[in-house]
Amino acid sequence: MLIIPCPWCGPREQTEFAYGGEAHIVRPKDPDALSDEQWGDYVFMRRNPKGRLLEQWAHAFGCRRWFNVERDTVSYAITRVYKPGEPAPEEAR
Amino acid sequence: MSQRHRLAQGGRIDRTRRLTFTFNGRSYEGHPGDTLASALLANGVTLVARSWKYHRPRGIVACGVEEPNAVVQLETGARTVPNARATEVELYEGLVASSVNCWPGPELDLMAAARLFSRLMPAGFYYKTFMWPKGLWMKYEHYIRKASGLGHSPTEPDPDAYDKMNAHCDVLVAGGGPAGLAAALAAGKAGARVILADQQAEFGGTLLSLRETAIDGIPAAQWAGQAVQRLSAMANVRLLARSTVFGYHDENFLTIAQRRTDHLPPGERSGARERTWRVRAKQVVLATGALERPLVFGDNDLPGVMLASAVSCFTNRHGVRLGGRAVVFTNNDGAYAAALDLHAAGVEVAAVVDARPAPEGALPRLVRDAGIEVVQGAVVTRARGAKRLTGAHVMALDEGGERVHGPVRTIDCDLLAMSGGWSPAVHLHAQSNGRPRYDEARACFVPGASNQAQRSAGACNGRFDLESCLAEGAASGLEAARLACAAALPVAPRHSVSPATREEPLRPLWLVPATQPPGHGAKQFVDPQNDVAASDILLAAREGYRSIEHVKRYTALGFGTDQGKLGNINGMAILAQALGQTIAETGTTTFRPNYTPVTFGAIAGPDLGELFEPVRKTAMHAWHEENGALFENVGQWKRPWYFPRAGEDLHSAVNRECLAARTGVGIMDASTLGKIDIKGPDAATFLNLVYTNAWSKLAVGRCRYGIMLDENGMVMDDGVTTRLGENHFLMTTTTGGAARVMAWLERWLQTEWPHFKVYLTSVTDHLATAAVVGPKSRDVLRAACTDIDFSPEAFPFMSYREGTVAGVHAIVTRISFSGELAYEVNVCANLGRHVWNALIEAGKPFGITPYGTEAMHVLRAEKGFIIVGQDTDGSVTPVDLGMDWIIGKGKDFIGRRSLHRSDTRREDRKQLVGLLTEDPKTVLPEGGQVVKDASAPVPVPMEGHVTSSYFSAFLDRSIALALVKGGAKRHGEEVQVPLADGRVLRATIAPPVFVDAEGARQNV
Repeated sequence: MLIIPCPWCGPREQTEFAYGGEAHIVRPKDPDALSDEQWGDYVFMRRNPKGRLLEQWAHAFGCRRWFNVERDTVSYAITRVYKPGEPAPEEAR
Repeated sequence: MSQRHRLAQGGRIDRTRRLTFTFNGRSYEGHPGDTLASALLANGVTLVARSWKYHRPRGIVACGVEEPNAVVQLETGARTVPNARATEVELYEGLVASSVNCWPGPELDLMAAARLFSRLMPAGFYYKTFMWPKGLWMKYEHYIRKASGLGHSPTEPDPDAYDKMNAHCDVLVAGGGPAGLAAALAAGKAGARVILADQQAEFGGTLLSLRETAIDGIPAAQWAGQAVQRLSAMANVRLLARSTVFGYHDENFLTIAQRRTDHLPPGERSGARERTWRVRAKQVVLATGALERPLVFGDNDLPGVMLASAVSCFTNRHGVRLGGRAVVFTNNDGAYAAALDLHAAGVEVAAVVDARPAPEGALPRLVRDAGIEVVQGAVVTRARGAKRLTGAHVMALDEGGERVHGPVRTIDCDLLAMSGGWSPAVHLHAQSNGRPRYDEARACFVPGASNQAQRSAGACNGRFDLESCLAEGAASGLEAARLACAAALPVAPRHSVSPATREEPLRPLWLVPATQPPGHGAKQFVDPQNDVAASDILLAAREGYRSIEHVKRYTALGFGTDQGKLGNINGMAILAQALGQTIAETGTTTFRPNYTPVTFGAIAGPDLGELFEPVRKTAMHAWHEENGALFENVGQWKRPWYFPRAGEDLHSAVNRECLAARTGVGIMDASTLGKIDIKGPDAATFLNLVYTNAWSKLAVGRCRYGIMLDENGMVMDDGVTTRLGENHFLMTTTTGGAARVMAWLERWLQTEWPHFKVYLTSVTDHLATAAVVGPKSRDVLRAACTDIDFSPEAFPFMSYREGTVAGVHAIVTRISFSGELAYEVNVCANLGRHVWNALIEAGKPFGITPYGTEAMHVLRAEKGFIIVGQDTDGSVTPVDLGMDWIIGKGKDFIGRRSLHRSDTRREDRKQLVGLLTEDPKTVLPEGGQVVKDASAPVPVPMEGHVTSSYFSAFLDRSIALALVKGGAKRHGEEVQVPLADGRVLRATIAPPVFVDAEGARQNV
């Protein structure tokens, strides 16, 4: 069970959180301008990388706030958390 | 003398007390300190089971968790335990156990005829034979399960209690053998908060089975006892005996099953039977020891063939005389200790058969000095005997280890101690995301790199001599304490061991060659519990299996209660040999939690029954109970289902309740609907985005029904939202969807539109809601509330007013889920019962009738109102529901773009329709498949399915809603609904609104 550092509350057990999938999927400003395929990409397609992933979590049984997590999908190591609206960390070098 | 195989002296048993127990219906005696296995052996019971496939006689092989054969059904009735390993069961007065896999008993097993056909039952036999003809598997399976099978689970509820404990520590030490004790001593002395857990009743592990070895100048077992005393005296150390670390999860979260009462007679047990410890450890020391490997030779499953370590354990620790004449068969030095132990106990050791050509280590020398013959460069090719070992065939082994040669020498013996070397118990290391690697020099898998804050020490790290175990344990404990506490610490204590036991290397021997190729001579068992022989693995390789994971599933190698702890590594090595690859390339199967079986009770803990999930009751719940309501569960809520009067069944009560609402007045508790208070200057803009329809122009004081879609365009919730003020709305959601919708709204606000000034508050529990429904509802409200003008002009449909009901401030909405004139009265929840009482009183002159969810469903279905999750299933758009009218134009909303995808525009999508049965009294089953012609050749094309179906008392006929392909344009068409019993019901597709399509009744 992971320990997730909520940027507002501090480290808490994974059971307090809800998972939101890949972060930085921005809702298109003008959906009508998109083809079916482009819209489908927005709704369904995710990178599902092996390794570094930026993802959304919500502290559902805590402050109920959403935030972003940088996590390795192989080791599960959480390397960074940051609040919504904050820029995505650059690719680790 | 009942315990005729008990040694005259020795052993860690209390000979002053006798315990009586029953095995397979016969009574025996043992002593405190015995396991069920050691007590059986002390009574000469060597045949304890029949194997599951061939029903071969089986005896006790091991002395611990890896025991494959002595699997018993413990106790009877509600407390019965299936598949307990007799080697782990502590003996207590009155214990009752029986073999799990033989009938009527192991001595006379009626299924033993299966042995005669064993040649015809190779690996994959069941797959190959019974999967054809298709469909008959279900019939075969019943008999196969009966013939094999393990123990049976209790049929009564578990009478015991279980609990859970959350704990934190600096250092968790898993395993209390020499390495674990040394680690805990070092870490504890350094001041770290330590938890030491061991699966046995007594700490010490193998130290308890050593005869002559001394640590720091005192006998090993005594040293263990002193170590425990020193640890007990440390306030920072917690000792958990009878506690198995069974799971190693992310971020050093470990789970421990502590068995608190199983060692006591049932009558003396009190408190929780088991406690599951959930531990977060800063650092972990794994000191889980090693498991001795068997040797794979012909008929090696005969009772009397035992692991050498088990021989030492039963002899030294339990004082059991295992036989009269023994042979030790080994490929390493360690097993020579068993020869010496037997010799010291007065058992004749006929020979030690060593696969190595010239064993010259310290232990072999002691054995020779004791006058015991060492047959070197030789192997036991076959065990002899019927129900019990009577002898062993010994032959010379060639240099390459691939062939035996020379004459066969038969040595008479009734005990054969075997040792194929040791496999470190790397299970927890592997669970911690480590990857065991194969160590060629030591011929075993050892822990690889650590991916969590853990290290392995002692035998589980491939250190098989006691001195290294102690040294590595102490160093690891200290290192763990240093990292966890970030403190400078003293040097690790040193422990001396005498006599020193430097061992020579072993000679890897995975499959003992025989005079005939595998599969032709005697069976060479790798996994006795699953009756997997070497020939089965070789067959799997010949049939094209390459992955060890596939071979496992094809042959059943490593399944069952021991999960391959005994023979898995042999199996992998045999496969590697057959495939011409290295053991490292072949790899292991996955080591998953749980290390040993864990009871369901330990996992559930106290979270049972009422404590499993909270029960939510409305403010009016007691009234419903007092008035005879039957309840149904809706999410966590208890909702009145219907209110039967004397002599009424569901059908007649619901008919009465529905007619009351349609012709007089009914009242329903609607408190469970989700309610979200939405405030802020951007509230209307936000609603425009989350609902399909438009909200900006909704006047203050008005209500509107809305449908919510996911971004895929599918209906996810619905409900009425009221505009309480310019920047203030009260949203209602479905009862089951309340939490989901709240989370959904919060997510959009926080992640996509954080610039919106909108504030959400869940007020579901704050308000109690009474729906007063029917043509006379206005009269009731007028009687109950005098400060609101209820005239149609002053208080039109889909609007709300505030006023006072029974002295309580109320928000009264005029909305309808029945199609009738109706009002919903919302008041502060803790006054809900008071207001409900007042409405009942006010309604009495009008015959007010309480109704439940069943009548509510009929009333709404008569109007074609959907229930999200019943008439929709996550694949239904509002267009499919015929609700084009609710899709706002000229604004964006979540899911809108998806409604214009090629798939959502298809005309043959399943669409909501009504169904009217040919026979008006017949009610279609919900879930029934709709077809054009049930007599068409199979597979009959499916046109759709029934989603809601009721008998409408108001219409005096059945009604149903269904999702049917292209249904919107098929009104009037006849369809069929075939039933499982062969009947075919006929129905006609109709519009989904059955009562008052114009909506006149609610607009009065």
